[in-house]
Amino acid sequence: METVYLLIPLVCLAAAVLVGLAGQWLGRRAAHSITIGAVAMAFVLSVVVAVEVAGGQRFDGTVYIWAVSDGIQFEIGFLIDQLSAVMMVVVTFVSLMVHVYTIGYMHDDPGYTRFFSYISLFTFAMLMLVMSNNFLQLFFGWEAVGLLSYLLIGFWFERESANFASLKAFLVNRVGDLGFLLGIAAILYVFGSLDYAAVFASAPQHATETMTGILGSQWRWLTIICLLLFVGAMGKSAQVPLHVWLPDSMEGPTPISALIHAATMVTAGIFMVARMSPLFELSQTALSVVLIIGAVTTISMALIALVQNDIKRVVAYSTLSQLGYMTVALGASAYSIAIFHLATHAFFKALLFLAAGSVIIALHHEQDMRRMGALWKRMPVTYLTALIGTLALVGIPPFAGFFSKDAIIEAVALSHTPGAKFAYVVVVAGVFVTALYSFRLIFMVFHGPSRLSEDNRKHARESPWVVTVPLILLAIPSVLAGLVLVGPTLSGHLFGESVMPIDGHGINGYGATDMLVHAWVSLPLWLAIAGIAVAWILYLRSPHAASRIANRFRLVHEILIRKYGVDELYERVFADGGQALGRTLWKFGDRLIIDDTLVNGTAKLVGRLSGVVRSLQTGYVYHYAFAMIIGLVALMSWFLWT
Amino acid sequence: MIPLSHYLVLGAILFSIGVVGIFLNRKNLVVLLMAIELLLLAANMNFIAFSYYLGDLAGQVFVFFILTVAAAESAIGLAILIVVFRSRRTINVQDLDRLQG
Repeated sequence: METVYLLIPLVCLAAAVLVGLAGQWLGRRAAHSITIGAVAMAFVLSVVVAVEVAGGQRFDGTVYIWAVSDGIQFEIGFLIDQLSAVMMVVVTFVSLMVHVYTIGYMHDDPGYTRFFSYISLFTFAMLMLVMSNNFLQLFFGWEAVGLLSYLLIGFWFERESANFASLKAFLVNRVGDLGFLLGIAAILYVFGSLDYAAVFASAPQHATETMTGILGSQWRWLTIICLLLFVGAMGKSAQVPLHVWLPDSMEGPTPISALIHAATMVTAGIFMVARMSPLFELSQTALSVVLIIGAVTTISMALIALVQNDIKRVVAYSTLSQLGYMTVALGASAYSIAIFHLATHAFFKALLFLAAGSVIIALHHEQDMRRMGALWKRMPVTYLTALIGTLALVGIPPFAGFFSKDAIIEAVALSHTPGAKFAYVVVVAGVFVTALYSFRLIFMVFHGPSRLSEDNRKHARESPWVVTVPLILLAIPSVLAGLVLVGPTLSGHLFGESVMPIDGHGINGYGATDMLVHAWVSLPLWLAIAGIAVAWILYLRSPHAASRIANRFRLVHEILIRKYGVDELYERVFADGGQALGRTLWKFGDRLIIDDTLVNGTAKLVGRLSGVVRSLQTGYVYHYAFAMIIGLVALMSWFLWT
Repeated sequence: MIPLSHYLVLGAILFSIGVVGIFLNRKNLVVLLMAIELLLLAANMNFIAFSYYLGDLAGQVFVFFILTVAAAESAIGLAILIVVFRSRRTINVQDLDRLQG
């Protein structure tokens, strides 16, 4: 099996390198055939691996030792268990769908082959991340997906806004990655190993070790490690306050938004925390921070989604909010449920992004929802799949999102982590807001009066099969994944020992049927239905109501439109502050001290000194002779008197 | 018998005249050359005095060498003087300040 594990990421890498280097020579057809073939192979092998793992097989081993330094091994190794198997299947499946979809979406783009090379390389990096058995390889995958994200957000590099967005994503991620790197360094310092198994095994022994901070305060090492690792997760999974890059990343092509910024890369942070669950479980403080940050992200981002008009941005803010849900689940120690929601979310959010992309192609890159409407007749497949994705997102039974989201809400209700009460209120309220913004999108895009431009009115029609087939294929797990997986997840069979089990939370043993029955007497489902109803009233029945409410609560509306001013704040404080600091250092440090004082100062001093010495050079022989005599006399007197 | 010190004093006086001649002469380059001759003669005077008193002939041999070199040197000096006069139409020491570059 080891060969198979190795083959899964390597076929993607090989395809990416081949297409990347010889893309022009191979041509478009060969480029997409090679990469799709590679990813399809990776997907099939991942399924094989998943079946093996479900049969009880587990692998943890080193493939290649890169370096040994001071007894610490830096190696490439795979840890194949239930968690990584689930992630591998999700990643390769969504990646495969996006590859196929890209044929249609990027049809007439000059960077066609480059794009395929990038997304294959991304798949490789993401697989290395999830399959890793040590922190070094995790970090490698972590940075590699960050790099690919940067390259793909800035894929249309001739657009200034795309360059800005890619740079922003990269810089914000640097903040998170610094925390992550420090966390790994702290692990190496405390545990003396980078191997997951070794670290997790010795974690309980180190649980009470402390370090002395400033002013003699005592800090538990594990809390510090978990908080630092979570800073990394906050960057990658776009949690408040490091969320600012994700909405801007929508500048990239839509397949990228689906693959990287909804389904896989942004969930790397969630995956990482779930992977580190044996560490997080030992630190109540860290869990509490995770819970609160997740809850804040959930509700604040969902509210912004209410006022966005760009179709992709609505979905992007929805992604942020859903990532918040997953983080809340992590904070409530329900790691398996977080991964469960990650998986279902990967399917329906990729579906929603691809559906949004389908609408965007049909309308010739029109993204403003105010210029859409009544598209359901023209694009029936896109409409139906988008509706399925939305129902899954909103959490209507029996769609996938219902099970995962309900499980999260139950887990939070039963959690004893400090802050759980607040988080519970937030996630329940989030259900209503989610339903509201999701159906606002559906109603504005697919229903109501047509507000298309003249040109689009004539040409808008359903997308080609390469676009609709991935939509349909993604719609299937969006419906079924929850129903099938919820039982094994809650009973603990699905993830086994790969994440900390959710014992003592009282939701073990719930099955799909129990949840379906229970839903009708619980608050979240009725809130979701209420959200849909409110959306229907505001955006279909009386279309002016929404703007009237916006006018009534002008201040709130303005705050939401401005996204709480976080972007402006960062721009003022960090961008302008950084520039001001740079300017100061340039003026005082570089120009004044180095240039003027040290470099030119030396030259000027020599010039001035030689100006003085010059006047001694009269050119008269008798002056020189006199100087010689004086010197001679001085030397002789010195010689005689000492 | 004239003591050694008299010769040395004479040498010192000659040397001083030569040095002062170099310093105070602001007019003629020829005077400068003559002053240099005086310096050399002062040195010679010391050589001969010591040679005689120490009974060592090597000092007098040195004097011959020095005289020869002095003759050659003044010949070259006069040649340079003529070249200087040709190019600058003057041998006034005050005007010869090309050494300052």
